[in-house]
Amino acid sequence: MSTRDWPLWEVFIRARRGLSHVHAGSLHAPDAEMALRNARDLYTRRGEGVSIWVVRASDIEASTPDERDPFFDPAADKIYRHPTFYEVPEGVEHL
Amino acid sequence: MSDRPLFEYTLGLADDALVSAQRMGWWISRAPELEEDVALANIGLDQLGQARTLLSYAGELEGAGRSEDDLAYLRDDRELRNVKLVERPMTDFGVAMARLLVFATYQLHLYRALAACDDATLSAIAAKAVKEVAYHVDHASHWVLRLGDGTDESHTRMQAALDAEWPYLDELFAPVDESLAGRVPDPAALRDAVLTDVRRVVTEATLEVPEVSPALGGGREGLHTEHLGYLLAEMQHLHRSHPGATW
Repeated sequence: MSTRDWPLWEVFIRARRGLSHVHAGSLHAPDAEMALRNARDLYTRRGEGVSIWVVRASDIEASTPDERDPFFDPAADKIYRHPTFYEVPEGVEHL
Repeated sequence: MSDRPLFEYTLGLADDALVSAQRMGWWISRAPELEEDVALANIGLDQLGQARTLLSYAGELEGAGRSEDDLAYLRDDRELRNVKLVERPMTDFGVAMARLLVFATYQLHLYRALAACDDATLSAIAAKAVKEVAYHVDHASHWVLRLGDGTDESHTRMQAALDAEWPYLDELFAPVDESLAGRVPDPAALRDAVLTDVRRVVTEATLEVPEVSPALGGGREGLHTEHLGYLLAEMQHLHRSHPGATW
């Protein structure tokens, strides 16, 4: 059993009902079932979660730093995409 | 008020968990992967937690003013009441998983039955521990399945591990003191359920259920293998050298 044989898994935890799963970290495990169990031991020791997802890291397609400019810069000057033209009614706290 | 038979019985369950926890602790820093290291440490700590509450209660039952620390650190091997299954060295990962499968499955059925007994304290301790040991069974089962149904090498070693642990199964079901009949679960009544569960995993893992003669029991009477003395020397050394040390 060497690390070479154990793929990397990304762990997503849902803290409680109603929230979405949030990336918590990563770990090594021989397969999905063991990854889930390792995630339970590593990331929910203090009652952090009610649900765990594990995803094989190699199955994640990620944007690269090289693509950053064409990916994200065009959004910068489109102020109409931000809800800044509304007046917030008085007394509304959680907007 | 001293209840000697119930004290001895509780001590037996406590020592099973205590000695098993100490063996599990050996794996910290030695497991095949960091992730497994944490898993085994967690399992050991669960067992230690069970041992602590059981030892505290045993101290109350004895009524001689002994604390959990007194019972854990100041008894010699002849005074320990654990079964031999848990005390032998566990330095092969296959052995560790085979033993955990057998021991945790036994604890699961025992604690479930104990949770329904009339003694409120034992019942509460057992009810809390059921979920913990259910996870230990799950962890051990997954490894036995993977190693048994893995490579030729892992299959051979997993089978050897099972063969080595199997003779010590019988002692788990040895009768308890007559005066405890009806007050605590009859160990013999757990046998079928435990063996059925273990056999199911063993068979699914493409392993053979060992056909071996039982080893000599006697752990509950304080008759142990030579290995327990070394385990206790390591476990008790600090407390005996520096009584009452805290940090």
